[in-house]
Amino acid sequence: MADDTLRRTPLFDRYVALGAKIIPFAGWEMPVQYSGIIAEHNAVRNQAGLFDLGHMGQVDVAGPDALAYLQATTTNDVSTLQPGEAQYAMLPNEQGGVIDDILIYRRPEGDGYMVVVNASNRFRDVDWMHEQREKRRELNVSVRDISDETGMIAIQGPNAPAIAQSISGDDLSNIAHYHWRSGTIAGVPVMVARTGYTGEDGFEIYGPIDQAGKVWDALMAAGKDLGLQPIGLGARDTLRLESRMPLYGQELGDDISPYEAGLGWAVKLNKGDFVGREGMAAVKAEGPKRKAVGFHMTERSGAPRTHYPVGVEGTVIGEVTSGAFSPTLGENIGLALVAPEYAGVGKPLQVEIRGKWVNAEQIKMPFYKRSDQ
Amino acid sequence: MAVPGDLKYTKSHEWARVEGDIVTIGMTDYAQGELGDITYLELPEPGEAVSAEEPFGVVESVKAASDIYAPVTGEIVERNEDAVGGPEVVNASPYEQAWLVKIRVDDQGGLDKLMSADEYEKYLEEVAH
Repeated sequence: MADDTLRRTPLFDRYVALGAKIIPFAGWEMPVQYSGIIAEHNAVRNQAGLFDLGHMGQVDVAGPDALAYLQATTTNDVSTLQPGEAQYAMLPNEQGGVIDDILIYRRPEGDGYMVVVNASNRFRDVDWMHEQREKRRELNVSVRDISDETGMIAIQGPNAPAIAQSISGDDLSNIAHYHWRSGTIAGVPVMVARTGYTGEDGFEIYGPIDQAGKVWDALMAAGKDLGLQPIGLGARDTLRLESRMPLYGQELGDDISPYEAGLGWAVKLNKGDFVGREGMAAVKAEGPKRKAVGFHMTERSGAPRTHYPVGVEGTVIGEVTSGAFSPTLGENIGLALVAPEYAGVGKPLQVEIRGKWVNAEQIKMPFYKRSDQ
Repeated sequence: MAVPGDLKYTKSHEWARVEGDIVTIGMTDYAQGELGDITYLELPEPGEAVSAEEPFGVVESVKAASDIYAPVTGEIVERNEDAVGGPEVVNASPYEQAWLVKIRVDDQGGLDKLMSADEYEKYLEEVAH
């Protein structure tokens, strides 16, 4: 990006009015917290939370060969995706590492797909997707960055479905997990998807950017008596960590294989050739050299943080990828990438926090699972 | 935000209450607001020496870990174990319940460098712009 001016979504003035603390994030001025990370986190777990995700990227992939293009440039098997469904996948690099993790939403038959990418990777992803298209001139496919015209708002938490339903003319109850439908929220035509990044029930709503404010205001008003709170990026991170959802740049990266990250389930080596397939197949065949594990700290300490060394009896065996105080569990938790021979639920680890090795124990992931799952 | 008139302040947002050669230290209301939910405090034990403008402890919020700087040079004589055990008190009561340590100062070591409440308020205005 040549221009380093921070961008604002159309909802910026609302963050300010709601008293948010605003930080630069991936080229945007975004709310990191409103009332406080722990209170917001708990609101999403127990009631409902509203997230402006206008900074995230959306790419339209269409044309008769859209499927062939996505099969060649993503890790999952897009041929299994039906209209109205969503799929988690990754954009692979040539070496078998990961450029980004994405969601692919299939539009109605013949209308192609919408790919949702991380804000931090948007321009890199879009450039790469165009590059890949140009390498395959035989494919009749169009790739279009629609981020600037697309608003994205998430409503998450046990009360989220009821709140969204109360201002929609459509039946949202029959949208299954990882499915979506077109409909209206507050009269605005939108895609309502039962996806999210919190481990709770709820929706991600995509619609015209110039009407994002109307959708936001209507949801805030409808959720007033159901405990709906605006949620910043801080709680978004602790929510996704407890639910063990990866964050690109921490659990995933250019030099981390999906098999190391524990995301082999989203790689379909048998679907035909795709970018990075060979590298990924080799890691799978030889066995990953690192393994993603979850742990909690078993003695009083600060939180484990990204890149802190992880060891066993003084030998460094890997590093923390994400860590935080878990508001739901009331203790410090983390994810680490470690030598596989040390991995195993119940096995001990130590984390080096400010020069001191502190005891931790590997525990089952996800750290949090909602009770109806 | 609150800036009590009877305290002294640092640019790194600690406050100091001077009573003879004993200086009580805490974090300011501004500091706790910037840090957000505080989850952990790491503070020295009584008997340990601290130096003015040097880090002597760590405060962690959900988002990050930050150093706490000593406003004065001296020796720790008391640590607030209630704050260590329940660090959220720093958010709730930064100037009263959440004092962190008491330091016996060496020869008024560094006290003259601290800001008055008026000076700190002006400093906060600068920081905000």
